[in-house]
Amino acid sequence: MTIALGFLAIILATLLGWLLKQTFNSAPWEMEVVSDTAHYGPLGDDKSKLIALLGLLAVVSSFFALILSAYALRMELGDWVPMTEPQLLWMNTVMLVIASGVLQWTRNAAIAGQQARLQPGLIITGILTLGFVLGQFVAWQQLQNSGQFITNNPSNAFFYFLTGAHAVHIVGGLIVWARATMKVVLGKGEVGQIRRSIELCTIYWHFLLLVWLVLFGLLLQT
Amino acid sequence: MPFAVVLILLVVGSILFHILSPWTFTELASNWSMVDFTVDITLWVTGVVFVAVNLFMAYCVIKFRYKKGARATYEPENKKLESWLTGLTAVGVAAMLTPGLVVWDQFVSVPDDAHVVEAVGQQWHWTFRYPGKDGKLGEVDNERVSSRNPFGIDPEDPHGQDDIVVYSPEAHIPLDRPVKFLLRSKDVLHDFAVAQFRVKMDLVPGMNTFLWLTPTKSGRFEILCEELCGIGHHTMRGAVIVDEQQEFNTWLARQTTFAEHMATPDGNATIGAAQYGVCAACHGQKGEGNVAMNAPKIAGLPSWYIKRQVQNYKRGLRGVHPEDQFGQQMVGMVATLADDAAIDNVTAHIATFPDNPPATSIDGDLEHGQKLYAVCAYCHGGDGMGRQALNAPRIAGMSDWYIARQLDNFKAGVRGAHPGDYYGFQMGLMGQSLHDEQAVDDIIAYINTL
Amino acid sequence: MSYVAIADRDHEQEHHDPQTFITKYIWSQDHKVIAVQYGLTAIFVGLIALGLSAMMRLQLGFPDEFTFINPENYYQFITMHGMIMVIYLLTALFLGGFGNYLIPLMVGSRDMVFPYLNMLSYWVYLLSVIILVVSFFVPGGSTGAGWTLYPPQAIMAGTPGVDLGIILMLVSLAVFIVAFTMGGLNYITTVLQARCKGMTLMRMPLSVWGIFTATVLGLLAFPALLVSAIMMLLDKTLMTSFFMPAISSMGTDPGYTGGSPILFQHLFWFFGHPEVYIVALPAFGIVSDLLSTHARKNIFGYRMMVWAIIAIGGLSFVVWAHHMYVSGMNPYFGFFFATTTLIIAVPTAIKVYNWVLTLWEGNIHLRVPMLFAIGFIFTFIHGGLTGLFLGNVTIDLPLSDTYFVVAHFHMVMGVSPILVVFGAIYHWWPKITGKMYNETLGKWHFWMTFLGTYAIYLPMHYLGFAGVPRRYFAMGNTEFLPESAQDLNAAITISALFVACTQILFFANMIWSLWKGPKSDPNPWDATTLEWQTPDHPPKHGNWGHELPVVHRWAYDYSVPGHEEDFIPQNVSADDAPAGREHGGEHAIVATKEHK
Repeated sequence: MTIALGFLAIILATLLGWLLKQTFNSAPWEMEVVSDTAHYGPLGDDKSKLIALLGLLAVVSSFFALILSAYALRMELGDWVPMTEPQLLWMNTVMLVIASGVLQWTRNAAIAGQQARLQPGLIITGILTLGFVLGQFVAWQQLQNSGQFITNNPSNAFFYFLTGAHAVHIVGGLIVWARATMKVVLGKGEVGQIRRSIELCTIYWHFLLLVWLVLFGLLLQT
Repeated sequence: MPFAVVLILLVVGSILFHILSPWTFTELASNWSMVDFTVDITLWVTGVVFVAVNLFMAYCVIKFRYKKGARATYEPENKKLESWLTGLTAVGVAAMLTPGLVVWDQFVSVPDDAHVVEAVGQQWHWTFRYPGKDGKLGEVDNERVSSRNPFGIDPEDPHGQDDIVVYSPEAHIPLDRPVKFLLRSKDVLHDFAVAQFRVKMDLVPGMNTFLWLTPTKSGRFEILCEELCGIGHHTMRGAVIVDEQQEFNTWLARQTTFAEHMATPDGNATIGAAQYGVCAACHGQKGEGNVAMNAPKIAGLPSWYIKRQVQNYKRGLRGVHPEDQFGQQMVGMVATLADDAAIDNVTAHIATFPDNPPATSIDGDLEHGQKLYAVCAYCHGGDGMGRQALNAPRIAGMSDWYIARQLDNFKAGVRGAHPGDYYGFQMGLMGQSLHDEQAVDDIIAYINTL
Repeated sequence: MSYVAIADRDHEQEHHDPQTFITKYIWSQDHKVIAVQYGLTAIFVGLIALGLSAMMRLQLGFPDEFTFINPENYYQFITMHGMIMVIYLLTALFLGGFGNYLIPLMVGSRDMVFPYLNMLSYWVYLLSVIILVVSFFVPGGSTGAGWTLYPPQAIMAGTPGVDLGIILMLVSLAVFIVAFTMGGLNYITTVLQARCKGMTLMRMPLSVWGIFTATVLGLLAFPALLVSAIMMLLDKTLMTSFFMPAISSMGTDPGYTGGSPILFQHLFWFFGHPEVYIVALPAFGIVSDLLSTHARKNIFGYRMMVWAIIAIGGLSFVVWAHHMYVSGMNPYFGFFFATTTLIIAVPTAIKVYNWVLTLWEGNIHLRVPMLFAIGFIFTFIHGGLTGLFLGNVTIDLPLSDTYFVVAHFHMVMGVSPILVVFGAIYHWWPKITGKMYNETLGKWHFWMTFLGTYAIYLPMHYLGFAGVPRRYFAMGNTEFLPESAQDLNAAITISALFVACTQILFFANMIWSLWKGPKSDPNPWDATTLEWQTPDHPPKHGNWGHELPVVHRWAYDYSVPGHEEDFIPQNVSADDAPAGREHGGEHAIVATKEHK
């Protein structure tokens, strides 16, 4: 459980550090002038969405950190036989990296106000990401065909579990991507709003890329 | 005001309850008096806090209850007071934790001279294994478990050959010698707990756990499973019997080793046929049973079950209750079977009988019976054919009048009441959920359809 | 940024003023309606769980007297009772119910920041409840594995509901976690982002602190339950061996190999222990506010209280294995976890001291919510102190898995939070409904519940001392137990049934109040926190009318010297009333209840 604890320590330390920066040690019963740094913004504004997204990323990280903890504990139990990962995963990884890069490029374009680049950028991102998910599925098929079933060994079971869980999160991202892309393609929606959707998508994509790189590295190592 | 009075009464009442309660730790029978000592310290520390804080609260409720025109003090905090309270609490916590850690250190350090007993748990009974002369237990593996090799001992492992196997929920240990119980489970989680010893530990399939103690009193101490292990959890009992070293040695010498157990020849049906003559008088030439003689059908009954019941009769575990007149008759009859080999021969002979369904004599509501049978099916199987691993005999296709009578006996404590009859005890507890004659009839009517 | 008038904020219009009954009460995005939906659903399943516990108590008190209880359904009852009470009642009620209602009102927001997500959260929660209830009726019935669902037994023969029951249970938990995550992200973001002007973190009422911290714990801890649920589902359905070692189940080999049941326990309790505080911290927060309001005194040591909440929250992640001292895990872990567990007693004790010191030199109104709050302190002290027994690894040896454990966690996690739930409902009922309830009936309800539950759980500890194991359908003849243990069990059952029945008083009171109760004052308790200062009573959709409140002071300006009234609402400015510390009377201006 060290992995999960380490992760938690980071999260909790971040929260604590943030809290300490607040008016945390003031004596609240003493009267102060109402500060101008009041937090009130419209409900569901950009910053709220960003905070909620970061919160979600913390939850998802916790989820994966716990699986990795279980992975580490299960590995020690003696019956672990490392599984050879399909080579296809390398190609999938490349696709996901490019997808993330293209989305970043799109985001930069959106911020710079270059509307024309949004549509191709989003569509390429989507295709590459879908390619990644399909590629993962094909990798599963290859494994099945070569007799590497989920029940063969805990390393297999974890491989299917980790890749599956990661793919589910990607699919969740694709749903949000689809909404933003529809708006761009149909020319509906306000420019600022689309830009912000793209920004949030970009964070999520980078995050899932990072998660994938960690998972992939781990799968290769063990 | 009444509120404060009630708070005070609750505090006083709790203390009185504590002092007067007859429900407290059983008499200690092991070296773990330090556990009781740690409990006592904790009781004192927590007791003082409980009384002090609650009485203070009651005082506040009286003194500062609402009065018209009164006004509360304005006091956001009092750093000094808070530091004092924090410090005092830390001291109290340390006072409780220190002995706790010291005793735990003793618990995890098994003395070198401790002898080893392996306790094996499975749904829902206990068995035991002692290392033989080489002092080592043989390798075991749950995948090797079978009815012939219930411990799953590796027959190739030389250390396993002289292991002493006790297929009974009763373990013996010698007085005043540290013992390390190695704990192993064949199926699910269990927990080895003996109240008088104060220590307990879970049994976890796939790994070995342990606990150790030095028994300081001789006698019989019950083992309770204290980790939920399925619907028979509450019936999973056993006993540790603490003997003087001499008696222990005698007992141990009487037990069979794994090698002896594996080498036991199967019963000889031909020899058994001769010995069966006594049985035939009542149970019939082909074991078909005879209701007029109160003798149930025994053809088709598994050999291990017949053997256990015969042994129970011989050891005085069954047929000793004054109301069990038919059981008492059996006690006299089984005396003709001199030893285990004779029993094996007879059961081998019985196993050759044709298995014809007996006439049924009980009717009931099948649907209701089926519903009730769901509980029975856990051990006796959905088909009523019984399961040796659960010590549950076949009940389908047997004499229904006999099953009805035995259910009544179990419920009335006529059978299964002897502390040594662990499997009967289980049936007694499980049978309690059949409440009336009608339920018994319904369930047996359903069993008749299986 | 100065305050923003609602008219300037066009996109808020879209969720304003729902027209029909359906949009107003069913598909509502109003946090107050969602709170009530959460609350009613949670109480409904809670009543099912209460019924289950009554059945269990009947069997335990009077073994073999009741034909409708057999070992199979008994184990199903205990499992579902525990699971419902911990997850579907308490977690949902404190966070989904009180969290939803109180956060926006107390921090001065118009709603949760994502109202649509909030609505979705409730409906997904309802789905999880439906799946749970359906599992009672599938073939084989619901799971009987105990609420901890330990493998292998949870998915192996010998346990009730081993086919569909356990699958539905795990799926329901996964769905619940999704619902909780949606709600939880919303609560956190609302607290961080939608506080009104002047509402600094340290001016927030402790209720919000408790709920906020509990939500953070939940968001980080529930994934552990999700991970273990998914892995167990895979073990069950696809025959993987995450948790399943090679076993011989009832004489047959089910085909598993190499897994570790202990691994499940680590994951489960990594969630399970923070879960205790997910329930306890909101209760801590709420009870602080009740005590302060009804004692007319500021909460003592507010800063310490906030720190204690945060410390308890943080520490709750490093104590989980104290549930596993005798589980067969590496025994050396015992040293570490006993130490962390006993350390957590310090901030918890500080909270108790501060509650009691809040009463000191107060002006205590013993109204119904206050009775429940003080009752909570009593039961919580009891439950907390018995926790010091079980947390101390050595004492856990004789006491774990006995009735002592059952008594302890019911005292600390059952009775105490439920007393707070009742106290909170009585406290905020006038705000939620605009009606008053019958005070006398409320007091009767308190006395019977409080004394009745103590009569259940105090003796139960002693059965544990005597060695009665938990989760036993029947004891049968057990030599070391005195026969009077059964009599005591019967007495406990009678108390339990009595307490269960007296809850009728509560429901009768509330129904009577809705139907015929007198209108309540907008601020019947003269409380300072923002939810009592809404322009409408009860508050309407959007909470604050045209102008958002501006906060000028902390939540506990009760009995401020130099001020005529004994409370100053948070939104009263310094010009209208003095600050607490400025004891001089020169600013003393009478605050009226009318100010907005």
